[in-house]
Amino acid sequence: MHDAHEHDYEFKIPLGPQHPALKEPENFSIALKGEKILGVDIRLGYNHRGIEKACEARTFLQDVYLLERICGICSHSHSSAYVQAVEEIAGLVVPKRALYIRTLIGELERIHSHFLWLGVAGHEIGFDTLLMYTWRDREIVMDLLAQLTGNRVNYGINTIGGVRRDITPEQGKDILAAMATLEERTKYYVQIATEETSIIKRLSGVGVISRQDAIRLGAVGPTARASGVDRDIRREDPYAAYAEMDFDVITDDHCDVYGRTVVRLKELMESFRIVRQVVAKIPDGPITVRAPRKIPAGDALSRYEAPRGEDVHYVKSSGGEKPERVKVRAPTLANIQTVKHMLRDRFLADMPIVIAAIDPCFSCTDRLVGVRHLDNHKKETLSWESLRAFSLGWHRAKGFDITVAEKKLHQLMEH
Amino acid sequence: MSYEEDIRQETVGRFDFLKDSFKIVRPRRLTLDVAYEKFSEVFDFLVHQGKFDILCTITGTDEGEYLGFIYHLAREGGVTLNLKTRAPKSNPVIQTITGVFPGAEIYEREIVDLFGAKVQGLCQGNRYPLTDDWPADEHPLRKDWKPSDSSGEEANHA
Repeated sequence: MHDAHEHDYEFKIPLGPQHPALKEPENFSIALKGEKILGVDIRLGYNHRGIEKACEARTFLQDVYLLERICGICSHSHSSAYVQAVEEIAGLVVPKRALYIRTLIGELERIHSHFLWLGVAGHEIGFDTLLMYTWRDREIVMDLLAQLTGNRVNYGINTIGGVRRDITPEQGKDILAAMATLEERTKYYVQIATEETSIIKRLSGVGVISRQDAIRLGAVGPTARASGVDRDIRREDPYAAYAEMDFDVITDDHCDVYGRTVVRLKELMESFRIVRQVVAKIPDGPITVRAPRKIPAGDALSRYEAPRGEDVHYVKSSGGEKPERVKVRAPTLANIQTVKHMLRDRFLADMPIVIAAIDPCFSCTDRLVGVRHLDNHKKETLSWESLRAFSLGWHRAKGFDITVAEKKLHQLMEH
Repeated sequence: MSYEEDIRQETVGRFDFLKDSFKIVRPRRLTLDVAYEKFSEVFDFLVHQGKFDILCTITGTDEGEYLGFIYHLAREGGVTLNLKTRAPKSNPVIQTITGVFPGAEIYEREIVDLFGAKVQGLCQGNRYPLTDDWPADEHPLRKDWKPSDSSGEEANHA
């Protein structure tokens, strides 16, 4: 090594599109001086699949399923935003019970998404215990979604004119029991996030964006609310059953990753409140109205508060069975533009957590497992219970008994 | 008089020629068609005096001889306005709004790539969302653009 000041040189490094930190293709060109970031250039579009064009070639109903697959995490957000627009054009009056069920699934989706984010955030700062804990707890809500809709992801609950599955009073009890457990766990995470020194120090002052800049750049969702922007589509432009729900819009003035963590944790507590209200107040009645195949000419804009922020769908019909135009603006597209700003003059080592803190959308996998027996070529589908039993047995054969570890953990938690 | 009607009156009071095209679709939803020549003037009024200071997104549409542009603007409190204008396909030029909404950059690039609009005043930068080697004269969301019959994989094997 020469004794020249290496850290004074300016240079550029590429990060992505095969990304070391994110499970999603994006490309960042980072101009550096030493460890300091001078500027960031973002290239997106690697995941462009032509879904808007594909929607024009399919019927209004088929598009519900296509649009639900934009994202494996906020799939209900996309299908809801779309069906709301189509229902508005068609002048359909969706039964209240259906609107309550959409609200329920929407909040369960927010809960699983925020738990997922908390785990990812823990991972990005080297706190993998938090990842293990939160993703274990997240299974509670994933199981609940599977029980209620039949699917862990891409729930398929929405249809034009209502929802496809009703909920029973017994399921209502399961939902309340799950909320009680998750609320206890969330209180514990709030305590960790607000008292654990290493978390506070690692997240404070990192990825700062002022209130003015968040507004100017069009930030949405928890990213905006953590910079004191008091906006939430559930309250401002209420859809589904939100006008009848009592909840607080959470904001924070830290303007950094720490603030974004606090906002999401407190939002979880509000989601539990909303879910309980849905279970308590859900009206009796039908869950769907008949929708026409041909949607009358017209257009509508639908706004939806997804876990990551405002999801916007615009739908235009020319009176046929297929839409003339479907336009989607997912929240990450609004928030990614703030990242450049958050990173300028910060350290390279902050990149993963700053990018993760806007919670860009990741994909998720299906839990349905098809099995083909090697000996007799018989095909079968594994149920969730048998898949879990298989997994536990597989680990036990290798010397890891997860059930024993779980029991020990519960004993520790009780003390 | 409703909140939405107040906004309508205020805008039509300033621009008399908008009285037929400014419509209240339902509570919190307004729509307004404006000729391209008058767009900038009306847009500035709505954003600054009309307090439509949130841009949800910009939608492009293919309307035959014309390209349509819908600016989805919103105010605090949930009132949302679809501000529509159009430009001929033979000269599909619009002015950038990044001076007012810096976040509009990515929405404008999307319209450039997918519809072939030209946005005057838009800064240099990476294209979005198509690949760098995508042909400059192909704009997938135009109605006359059709995807090829074979999937990419088959085409590669051909």
